[in-house]
Amino acid sequence: MFVLVIGAGRVGSSVATSALQAGHTVSVLDEDPLSHERLDVELGRGWEEAGGRFTIGTALEMDALVEAGIEQAQVFIASTNGDNTNLVVSQIAQRRFEVPRVIARVLDPRRAAWYREQGLQTICPTQIAIEQLERAALTGSV
Amino acid sequence: MAGLYVIIAGAGKVGWNLARELLEKGHEVTVLEQDRRRYLTVEQELEHAVQYGDATELWVLERAGIQRADLVVAVTGDDEDNLLICQVAKEKYLCERIIARVNNPRNLEHFKLLGIQPAVSATDLILRLIEHEVPRYGLVHLLDLPEERLEIIELVVSEHAPAAGLPVAEMTLPDGALVISVLRNGSGFVPTAETVVEAGDEVLVVLDPGLEEDITAQFVGDDADERA
Repeated sequence: MFVLVIGAGRVGSSVATSALQAGHTVSVLDEDPLSHERLDVELGRGWEEAGGRFTIGTALEMDALVEAGIEQAQVFIASTNGDNTNLVVSQIAQRRFEVPRVIARVLDPRRAAWYREQGLQTICPTQIAIEQLERAALTGSV
Repeated sequence: MAGLYVIIAGAGKVGWNLARELLEKGHEVTVLEQDRRRYLTVEQELEHAVQYGDATELWVLERAGIQRADLVVAVTGDDEDNLLICQVAKEKYLCERIIARVNNPRNLEHFKLLGIQPAVSATDLILRLIEHEVPRYGLVHLLDLPEERLEIIELVVSEHAPAAGLPVAEMTLPDGALVISVLRNGSGFVPTAETVVEAGDEVLVVLDPGLEEDITAQFVGDDADERA
């Protein structure tokens, strides 16, 4: 599959790395060239050398999205450190580029839930942390 | 206009001044500002009409009473924020009127894609004014009603334009375009089918959006390239 990851922070770079290791075509878009180094480190060798793609640009720039391969993407993951950017760019991927599978990381639980009701697949790390903490606190198991 | 309840997201220069004007006109206003220092500054003047909080968070909008808002105006300096604030106002809270500010005109297409209208870009407005002063392609937009699919444009007829010297009835105008007024020597009149349009006339054309190029080709012709 062609996987496009927007934002290569801790989460994005890990997902991108495992997708590449699993044999998928992976393209990463990030505005910070430093995130490229994170990919190299996580992978243990050069990102491009291993077949990965990397584009420097901001998520809302059409040109950057196209350069990163959004038109070919089958999976689109919005994992920048901004909820608002993730929500906007994933809706662009969904409605304009009709990417079949779009996933947005949204830290705000209420908006993650509402956008999920609207048909956007959202992952809410905060909600997962809340549930795990509650379980750990109340039952002693994780 | 009867008193409206208006929520303004962003207490920058635009939001603050907008709030002042609306309050003076007797409307009820709540401004939302997420920067604590800015909030404290604005609060000295607007007092209870400004609240501290991030307007992209649902509870902040709810605390401001979005359920009863007649109008939500998102004028923060961040286009994503403005877009999402208007999106939830419209689709979650069913607010009938929204207005979004577009900081970077290149983001305008995102607002359109997600159905956030009207989206106002100061850069675009100023460009349009410059266009009015210096009609680069001889074409000025006087009115745009995208939802009604209606536009009115103004053009100065060039000397070598295909339509120059022709009566209105003989011009090859596309369907959906109509010459509604001719301005000549400082006075305007409504043309008939027999009215001959001359070079140097200003014509007002009402048209369906998307026909600008055809219209320009008829009234301005190749001169557009030379001026550009």
